[in-house]
Amino acid sequence: MNRFAELLDRLVLTPSRNGKLTLLVDYFRTVEDPDRGLALAAITGDLSIAAVKPAMLRMLVTERMDPVLFGYSYDYVGDLAETVSLVWPQTPGKLPNREPTLGEVVAKLQAASRSDGPKVLASLLDSAGISARFAIIKLVTGGLRIGVSARLAKQALADFGKVDVAEIEELWHGLSPPYTALFAWLEGKADKPKNTAMALFRPVMLSNPVGDGDLEKLDPADYAAEWKWDGIRVQAVAEGGIRRLYSRTGDDVSGAFPDLADAMHFSATLDGELLVGDPREATGTFSDLQQRLNRKTVTPKMQQQYPAFMRCYDLLQIGDEDLRALSFRERRGRLEAFVKTLDPGRFDLSPFVAFADWQTLEDLRRAPPHPIIEGVMLKRWDSPYVAGRPKGPWFKWKRDPHTVDAVLMYAQRGHGKRSSFYSDYTFGVWSGAEGEEELVPVGKAYFGFTDEELKQIDKYVRDNTVERFGPVRSVRADRDNGLVLEVAFEGLNRSTRHKSGVAMRFPRISRLRWDKPANEADRIETLQALLDR
Amino acid sequence: MRASDLLHPRPEGLYCPPGDFFIDPVRPVGRALITHGHSDHARSGHRSVLATQQTLDIMGLRYGEDFAGTTQAARLGETIALDGVSVSFHPAGHVLGSAQISVEHQGMRIVASGDYKRRKDATCAPFEPIRCDVFITEATFGLPVFRHPPDTEEIARLLKSAAQFPQRSHLVGAYALGKAQRVMRLLRDAGYDRPLYIHGALARLSEYYQSQGIDLGILEPATVEGGKDDFTGAIVVGPPSAFADRWARRFPDPISCFASGWMRIRQRAKQGGVELPLIISDHADWDELTATIKETGAEEIWVTHGREEALVRWCELEGIAARPLHLVGYEDEGD
Repeated sequence: MNRFAELLDRLVLTPSRNGKLTLLVDYFRTVEDPDRGLALAAITGDLSIAAVKPAMLRMLVTERMDPVLFGYSYDYVGDLAETVSLVWPQTPGKLPNREPTLGEVVAKLQAASRSDGPKVLASLLDSAGISARFAIIKLVTGGLRIGVSARLAKQALADFGKVDVAEIEELWHGLSPPYTALFAWLEGKADKPKNTAMALFRPVMLSNPVGDGDLEKLDPADYAAEWKWDGIRVQAVAEGGIRRLYSRTGDDVSGAFPDLADAMHFSATLDGELLVGDPREATGTFSDLQQRLNRKTVTPKMQQQYPAFMRCYDLLQIGDEDLRALSFRERRGRLEAFVKTLDPGRFDLSPFVAFADWQTLEDLRRAPPHPIIEGVMLKRWDSPYVAGRPKGPWFKWKRDPHTVDAVLMYAQRGHGKRSSFYSDYTFGVWSGAEGEEELVPVGKAYFGFTDEELKQIDKYVRDNTVERFGPVRSVRADRDNGLVLEVAFEGLNRSTRHKSGVAMRFPRISRLRWDKPANEADRIETLQALLDR
Repeated sequence: MRASDLLHPRPEGLYCPPGDFFIDPVRPVGRALITHGHSDHARSGHRSVLATQQTLDIMGLRYGEDFAGTTQAARLGETIALDGVSVSFHPAGHVLGSAQISVEHQGMRIVASGDYKRRKDATCAPFEPIRCDVFITEATFGLPVFRHPPDTEEIARLLKSAAQFPQRSHLVGAYALGKAQRVMRLLRDAGYDRPLYIHGALARLSEYYQSQGIDLGILEPATVEGGKDDFTGAIVVGPPSAFADRWARRFPDPISCFASGWMRIRQRAKQGGVELPLIISDHADWDELTATIKETGAEEIWVTHGREEALVRWCELEGIAARPLHLVGYEDEGD
């Protein structure tokens, strides 16, 4: 249990992706079965344990200590799981010779009934030290919140076994905790596990951005073009009565889109973009789509207001026939015929964009006919469907980003290499009537600048600090003083969470405008106009 | 006599009217008794100072030789009479030279703990509990959430991380007096024998510790004077403030570590951008505070600098008279 607890503690405080991967790989290497597999399941959210409510936890602890002292403690720490792990009274000498393993803890928790759950939890807490108690409480209250996605955990498995992450993704949904066969294969002690489950994820094919000079070397006749829809990439797999919708990283998102899943009366694997609206009438905007994202459950009203549909652009399998080795041209032909057989309210075909030369396509890309189009996709007619991001067959050619001139308001110290630099910037634009202008924060960015520019901004922040709050500095920013940043972003969403009412997508610093006076930075109305478009 | 006639708080610090002296005064006074060398307890500018020789030495290093009009060294355990008040110094286990001060007059004995801890520490003499009528305890970590783990476990985590990330440097934030030397000594005791790199602010105090027979091994300045020194894989110790500063940029992809009792609280570590918190404290944790209160046998407890209310509450539950002593001017420099 202690090794798992230590892993959680390290992961939550390690900001860098590579650092997290190192910690995970080391853990998989040094910890035996079934503990490492159970830890993996806990991280990917695939471990099912009956939950204990926070109120129950609080009751357990106040039965064991003075409620006033508990109150002081909780007020100070602010986090219930952490407070309980620290204050849980430990009778000296009562601690067993060895702490329970993760496997033993999980087994006891899974065997507990609803009624004796609290008692089992209390006896586990009695048997563990502080770090282990914290980990146990995190397991039973659900949600580790350690900043590790399932995708990152799979990447760590791939690094550990020196295999491609696509192989892990393809296997993943056929496996279950504690993944003993998977680890045996990754360690070279057994063959790759056979997939016998139905409706599994197929690792997706990704594109590369069009770089400078890329197109000059390519013949337009070799490529098909489609609009790049700004939805979410989704793979629809139906087989043997099982229907699944997967995200591009292989997470099962079927639960959030029951309306679409119910319409999957076929036996095939489709690749496409998930959007909302009715494809025969109108496609919803990204703000509309957002209403359906990141929800555990979805109400009938929501499904009616923002129905999900799939704009299909590839066909990987029909029945038992794997089409991935065929050319895009052949697959596209099969896809066109196949989509005709589907519910037209839930599935349509991603249309081609006709073009004769790159200049024509460039003009179309700059002025797309629909707000949810974010550019064009280029696909080589003769390309097979290959997992990963091969260079050459598929390109994405995005619309140019929007830009806004904003004023630097707050700066926060970075981590790792950047821990001595103020490298995360919150910026704002002007709002309010003339003579009463105020800066209102509209976003935060921490990349887009060069190392040399980082040094310059860092110096500016240190020289113009007004106030400090822990790692954050508030920077002098008024009508006469302030650093103007040109911020590039992909789009804007309405936001009720931000005072400004807008939230930027992928904001980054595109230029430092040392030359521009702060009072000439943009106003909030400029951004609001983008929203209403 | 009443205890409050023997010692009571004044704006300058804790005052003893019959002996006419202050303990750890925060402003310049005529006669000061000083428990240990941390700057919030040991200030310069008093007319006379009575403290252990090591505390006097440390004050001299920090403030210059003329930090006080006159000085007198107190030997541990030896009784000194000040205007009829018997005063004695006893080890507090906090940092090198740290002492509790016992003040006795007309059958009433009060012990002022200063800052203290109960854990074994190779860089200073261990705390000795003194029977007394009134015990004045610090309460820096006076909440049941503060339970310090064994320091050897924390150092083992640092060494494990150094092995896991051999291309990166580990920057250990530790206060210049006491904590820094303790961390270095713990590393040596754990078998780490590579040179340790130190920030300039640690140099003189570390040298002093070595001169007092506390072996810290080979210490190298963490400077880049000799061209581009390579700190890959190095362990660097410095004051915590230095790591947020431009000074830290000379190190390759550093992992910031902080050795402090405050690191028990995750949010503290997160806010400070600490990647590897090391829970190593020079103060007593909750269990040590409560155990020490019982050991002194004191009928009355005065609680100062820290989270007084929880410790006062605990005393109430135990049937021990207790009250907070509102002294101002003490920060947490030592942790």
